[in-house]
Amino acid sequence: MDISFIAMQFLSGLMMATLLFLVASGLTLIFGVGNVFNFAHGSFYMLGAYLAYQAVSVWHANFWLSVLVASVGAGIFGMLAEFLFLRRIYGRAEEGGFQILLTYSFILVIDDLVKLVWGTEYKSLPRPTGLTGTAEIFGLSIPSYNLAIIGIGLVIVVIAWLVLSRTRSGRIARAAALDREMLGSLGINVPLTMTVVFGIATAMGGFAGALAAPLRSVSPGAGIEVIIDSLIVVVIGGMGNFWGAWLGALILGEVNSFAVATFPEWASLFSYLVMVLTLIFKPEGIFASRKIRRI
Amino acid sequence: MKKSLFNKDIIFWGLFVVVFGSVPFLKQSDYHLMLANSILIWGMFAVAFNMLFGVTGMLSFGQALYYGLGAYSVGLVVKNYGPSLFLPAIGLGVVLAVITSILVGLLVIRLSGVYFTVLTLAFGQLAWQITFRWYHFTGGDDGIQGIMPSGVLENHTVYYYFTFVLVILAIWFLRRVANSPMGLVLRCIRQNPERVRFLGRRVRRNQLRIYVISSFFAALAGGLMTGVTNSIHPDMFYWTTSGEVILMAVLGGIGQFFGPFIGATVIIIIQDVVGARTEYWSLIIGLIMMVMVLGMPRGLVGEIRGLKARFAPGRMSRG
Repeated sequence: MDISFIAMQFLSGLMMATLLFLVASGLTLIFGVGNVFNFAHGSFYMLGAYLAYQAVSVWHANFWLSVLVASVGAGIFGMLAEFLFLRRIYGRAEEGGFQILLTYSFILVIDDLVKLVWGTEYKSLPRPTGLTGTAEIFGLSIPSYNLAIIGIGLVIVVIAWLVLSRTRSGRIARAAALDREMLGSLGINVPLTMTVVFGIATAMGGFAGALAAPLRSVSPGAGIEVIIDSLIVVVIGGMGNFWGAWLGALILGEVNSFAVATFPEWASLFSYLVMVLTLIFKPEGIFASRKIRRI
Repeated sequence: MKKSLFNKDIIFWGLFVVVFGSVPFLKQSDYHLMLANSILIWGMFAVAFNMLFGVTGMLSFGQALYYGLGAYSVGLVVKNYGPSLFLPAIGLGVVLAVITSILVGLLVIRLSGVYFTVLTLAFGQLAWQITFRWYHFTGGDDGIQGIMPSGVLENHTVYYYFTFVLVILAIWFLRRVANSPMGLVLRCIRQNPERVRFLGRRVRRNQLRIYVISSFFAALAGGLMTGVTNSIHPDMFYWTTSGEVILMAVLGGIGQFFGPFIGATVIIIIQDVVGARTEYWSLIIGLIMMVMVLGMPRGLVGEIRGLKARFAPGRMSRG
């Protein structure tokens, strides 16, 4: 195991971590702000990938324009889902269980709608022009698209953090996480805030799906794989915690990348191993932002 | 109040025994017998699942793990050692499920609410991954076909009555648990775990107990099902299997003891009628789930009871 192998795997893990973070941060945003657990978050990722495919292959749009279409499309679908369905069960007794059941029904419906529209066969996207080759860094040749993803991910992390911590909208979102009623009496439109936050989070899911489409082929059922990975991420990092999601994604991405290179057949089991270890030693997550009600 | 509850139980059991007991005489083909047998087994699975969700408030999305374990124990034992070990294999599956559920349970009950659901899902998917990849042991994606029980159980009618008796025993046992002091503690855990602790009852221990009991019957359901379908498949471990049993419970009514059984009956009949005609099965169950959660959260049985209470004579003023 020489140094260039380790560096290669590290970069590939970083790329995986970026994609994971983009999905998981949306999940954790909805949970942290709205206290809504969106089990269907992976389905919005899948929807993003399919919308990007539609834009590139059918409408012959530019790749980056397609990513935009995918993010906006997934965001609009997310806002509709929140506005039409999810909103009706807020505050109901045993809300948590019903949220999971309702968002579970979204998974089933979106899966079949995708099948109806795009069929069951695997779809793949070409890499965007200009990023098809490799870049040389310290004598290593790395696919330039992977580097682009890592860069985009970093930019998004910084923007999201700045928006959440420095702007008025970010403060409103964080206030909604603490006390919705108080926020409402201060004259903020809380239901609208919730819908918008849901839309932003699902748009991030769709964005990640579109970015990942040239790397992994898309098929119906991708939603559930993605949601389980992002759940492991938020379990590691502590749910509702922005930096926790980032750390969780980094750990999972690197573990996955090295596992794929060393034990290709059993690589997928390593993510679960990390999760089980976290649960044994720190069940509330490494970066738990609030004390989970442990019963 | 107690007396009327008792009467309702008698009515349910009477109907249950008459309807399911007469299937072998009324059936037009073995297919009907298979359908009734599936309803019995899934009904038991759903009632046992509801002891976790409806009674204790623990929404497990990973009961497929135990269902699959029960089924694969039977399938692998019969394939490797012959059909004479069919019954001991069911026992083996159940024992394995108890051991696994204690180990997994100790981990997953450390967290509650959404976290619990997510963890059970992850463990279920882990089991699915292992089954799917361990090709030379489990047969991977192909599964195993041609698993037959031996001796008198080879006869479909005998096998049907065999499961019928087991399901009656199982539901009777679960009913006892639900009405026992432990059942009361479980209900309290759903509503206010902290108070249960103040009252000197152990929350975690009771949660673990019901998790193990529920998993025991999930494995029994899996084992019995192999005798009906004669095959096993990794999908038995897949999260959709867990989702299906949840749907049955929600459709029937999670607040009612027998609700999930009714839910299982309705789902299996719908699956039989609709599933044969369309490939968009998950769209249909997704829409059913959506309607139930948004419009009828008490489930079919709960809503009907609600209507009855509303229009009962002398209670109009309450409406």
